[in-house]
Amino acid sequence: MTQTPTRPQTGTLVEQFEFGLDAPICLTWELTYACNLECAHCLSSSGRRDPRELTTEQCKAVIDELERMQVFYVNIGGGEPTIRPDFWELLEYATAHHVGVKFSTNGVRITPDRAAFLAASDYIDVQISLDGATAEVNDYVRGPGSFDTAIRALENLQAAGFKDAKISVVCTRHNIDQLDEFKAIADRYGATLRLTRLRPSGRGADVWDELHPRPEQQRVLYDWLMAHGDRVLTGDSFFHLAAFGESLPGLNLCGAGRVVCLIDPVGDVYACPFAIHDNFLAGNVLTDGGFQRVWQTSDLFADLRSPQTGGACSTCSFYDSCRGGCMAAKFFTGLPLDGPDPECVQGYAADALAGERQPPAPSQDHSKANPTRRQPVMLTLATSRPSAPPVSACAESPLAGFVPSQP
Amino acid sequence: MDGMLDEAWALSPSVALRPEPFGALAYHFGNRKLTFLKRPELVAAVRALGEQPTVRAALQAAGVAEQRHPAFVAALHELAAGDMIARRADATAPDHP
Repeated sequence: MTQTPTRPQTGTLVEQFEFGLDAPICLTWELTYACNLECAHCLSSSGRRDPRELTTEQCKAVIDELERMQVFYVNIGGGEPTIRPDFWELLEYATAHHVGVKFSTNGVRITPDRAAFLAASDYIDVQISLDGATAEVNDYVRGPGSFDTAIRALENLQAAGFKDAKISVVCTRHNIDQLDEFKAIADRYGATLRLTRLRPSGRGADVWDELHPRPEQQRVLYDWLMAHGDRVLTGDSFFHLAAFGESLPGLNLCGAGRVVCLIDPVGDVYACPFAIHDNFLAGNVLTDGGFQRVWQTSDLFADLRSPQTGGACSTCSFYDSCRGGCMAAKFFTGLPLDGPDPECVQGYAADALAGERQPPAPSQDHSKANPTRRQPVMLTLATSRPSAPPVSACAESPLAGFVPSQP
Repeated sequence: MDGMLDEAWALSPSVALRPEPFGALAYHFGNRKLTFLKRPELVAAVRALGEQPTVRAALQAAGVAEQRHPAFVAALHELAAGDMIARRADATAPDHP
């Protein structure tokens, strides 16, 4: 039997947030699964449009509901949201209905004209995705040409007088040593840098082992955030690093289903943008009586808002700092949800990661059926030459290919 | 005692309050700042600001006992620093440096 939890009358905001809010604070809304890029680590496995995606009218109904619920702003993403033909219409509709918008884009449609339109609005914020401070590092995961596209968008925004664009970086082992360069790019374009955590969600599950920062890089990242954190946004995504000692600025808790959620392109509501999976599906805005009803009455969200046990982590002296880390990161790496985060900075997940684990099968995949020229090719040229030619299959010597080890 | 108590204040025009179980969430559409009002009495006081001649009257209307006024005034100062509340043009009390 579970006891119905009662919300404390006082207490910290974090304690209050754990019981959930009447409406989300941080709502992500992905407008389409269609994308011009095929990023290797796409958290929503985007590529192709889904025929069931919400129509313009259905999207406007969602905006009306958000206005009624006083959801003051939404983070719009995709896919690439700007390639929806009605994107700019929906943007205007939302801001006219007191729903501010921050949208994430790879920059493909941020032309000088659009940049001027954006600069003229007070309630629109633009976030350009960039996962490398150089084309080499960025295009490795985001695909050929994507660095130039992003920089061109930043140039257009700056030229139009758009103030304070965001540059959003997913931290990988290839770009942790570029943090100062990212900051320099942001400064050059009058933008704010935003760093977020690589999650093993969507196609990210396929490349997480290869891309996630190494343990020693987590420390570099933590130190860098401690030194620059007040001028860098993080989406509060690095709370697992709090176990290094001091908490980072921002909320140090998993907001999934409590203060955060995701509406996907077909209207499905998930606990968090990094948890697009049937296990974290709370309902649908079309078939379950609207978004407010899903947010306030779904069983899944009620469950997430009840007190969580620390499980294997509860005896750890850092549990109060990191709260066991990210639910999605655990789930998609096949680790138990009540155990340590796969990137636990105290190293408590190392054994579980190295052992037998069964990452879940994805419950949706909108990746393009056939690769296009935009697909990143995650191969690097070898920098060292082999010491000897490969051994031919016809080599007759019984010692062919044998290299005696040094004594 | 803090001079603010005798001044006339109001919620900033670009701020909206959203009721929440613990109090309210205040959002400033201009600077996009989000602030949490963690006490229902503070929410009531902030809502009352615009209708009452002084901050003191607003606190009284919200049922805040006098010995707790300093704590609430401190909270109001914090809100003022984020432009969540602003002094009203019809303020009659003298300016405090």
